[in-house]
Amino acid sequence: MTEEKILSAEEIVKYFTDKFSTKIKEVKIKRRVAGIKKNETSYIWMKIEKNDFKDFIKHLCDFQFPHLGVISGNDLGNSIELIYHFTLNYGNRMKEVILNLSVELPKSKPEIETICDFIPGALISEREKQEFLGVKIIGIPDNRRLFLPDEIPEGVYPWRRDETGPEKLYRNLHEVKK
Amino acid sequence: MKKATTTKTTYQIPIGPIHPALKEPVFFEFELDGEKIVDVDVKLGHVHRGIEWASRKRNPVQILYLAERICGICSFCHPAAFTLAVENVAEIQVPERAEYLRVIQAELERICSHTLWAGVAAHEIGFDTVLYLTWQIREKALDLTEYLTGNRVTKAIIMIGGVRRDITPDMIPKINETLKYLKDNFEKLRHIFLDDKTVKMRSQSCGILTKDDALKLCAVGPTTRASGVKKDVRVDTSYFAYGDLDITYTTPDILTGEVNGDVYDRIIVRLLEIKQSIDLIEQCLDKMPSGPIVAEPKIAKLLAQLKKTNGEGVGRHEAPRGEVIHYVKLDGVNDAPFTWKVRAPTYNNILPWIPMLKGQQIADIPIVAASTDPCMSCTNRVAIIKDGNRFEMNKEQLHKLSVEKTRRLKL
Repeated sequence: MTEEKILSAEEIVKYFTDKFSTKIKEVKIKRRVAGIKKNETSYIWMKIEKNDFKDFIKHLCDFQFPHLGVISGNDLGNSIELIYHFTLNYGNRMKEVILNLSVELPKSKPEIETICDFIPGALISEREKQEFLGVKIIGIPDNRRLFLPDEIPEGVYPWRRDETGPEKLYRNLHEVKK
Repeated sequence: MKKATTTKTTYQIPIGPIHPALKEPVFFEFELDGEKIVDVDVKLGHVHRGIEWASRKRNPVQILYLAERICGICSFCHPAAFTLAVENVAEIQVPERAEYLRVIQAELERICSHTLWAGVAAHEIGFDTVLYLTWQIREKALDLTEYLTGNRVTKAIIMIGGVRRDITPDMIPKINETLKYLKDNFEKLRHIFLDDKTVKMRSQSCGILTKDDALKLCAVGPTTRASGVKKDVRVDTSYFAYGDLDITYTTPDILTGEVNGDVYDRIIVRLLEIKQSIDLIEQCLDKMPSGPIVAEPKIAKLLAQLKKTNGEGVGRHEAPRGEVIHYVKLDGVNDAPFTWKVRAPTYNNILPWIPMLKGQQIADIPIVAASTDPCMSCTNRVAIIKDGNRFEMNKEQLHKLSVEKTRRLKL
């Protein structure tokens, strides 16, 4: 899978901007150098529309099967941002490119489609996002909780910064009588 | 007759949240047909401490200490990944000498972790003499860690922008002496693990993870490399001083010429990585330039700079168990990061357990579960529910089953 094409970060970005053109809201490439020889590592930060998300993942998997590091998330106030950290080109000395794909979901309808049908390894990360950020993953193969214990009530999401956050739980912790 | 056909032929045993292989909690529910595992379900979260949430009240330097306490064995990896993420956001350029010192610490930690794992794996199949031998070797590596950092486990060595302690020329003889000891004993370890008939019989064709599954389930570290996937952050990217060093992917075909993805292959990968780590430390000692060891020694100044920084970054490091990735977002207003997301390697190695364990026997559970070197915590009791009767099996009995299986091989 990885041997066929080794594209640089620019070429990867070009491939997707050609395919999706205006649908990509924001894209930037960051580079970091390290060591005496100052070899580079490239990071792509890309922001896309929620509606094109599934289509984008499909193209990505056809383009080159990515490794999903993890999905991280931010509560931005009116919306929830999910960031999918993919790596491409692995298996080649210092050619790896980190693709950080960001999608914003409105808080009124925080829903996104699952990517488990393309990348089954995303399941753990998707389950974690459901319980910690209150995002609904449509079509997730396993809907149960992952890390949170059963005592935590439904509708409390530890990473949220609004009224559904965990504040009301921890304030009462020291008042608990045995 | 009709009733008999509707009776389930399989039964379930829960294992955990305390035991299977390592001493950390995870809960397995096995669906069994006789001795054979038909299906597995894994439940997590028994040691979820809300560390990411705790970071909301801490500044990046304080988080280093918090990150260090995520895991005892990986007490360099987590702060290292966090540091890399913060350096990426704030675009801090680390002095070259510090990059080399970081590699030495990272590789020393890998030696400690892999020898610890080798001992546990030997214990799981009832080979306790090897446990004592490997941990005796590990002790020397820990002594060196203590000599270099002042601590055996929680080292507090990494700092945003560099490291906290230098290696002075008078320390070199002691490092060389330990490396020589490790090299001499490596041959002994290699012989025990790779040539011993019992180890081979228990580990070959056991707990197989195919290359396809490893890719699809996003496995990381020695678990994925043993299945033939070339993925290693140290080789794939240039961070710390790894870009300057001579390093390749460690896959089992280097030694045997083929990839099976079984427990034996995972043993091979870890053993070869011990040797690779020794080699990398030697390369670093050779090539290490002189100079400062930290970009900004004044912590108050560093924190003021970070407070003003706005942006996001990821830090990735190859921990002994695989890729660890941290995501950090700084908002430019608060001392504490807006978001800090930690992803430890075992997080990605949970799902690969399912194809590995399916089709195996109960007595293979400890060694297969241990073969990914899981980093969580385990159970002392196993309750078996068979035909509606419940009886419990403790860790010792389960361990005894595994030992008995080795004995039955009649060698």
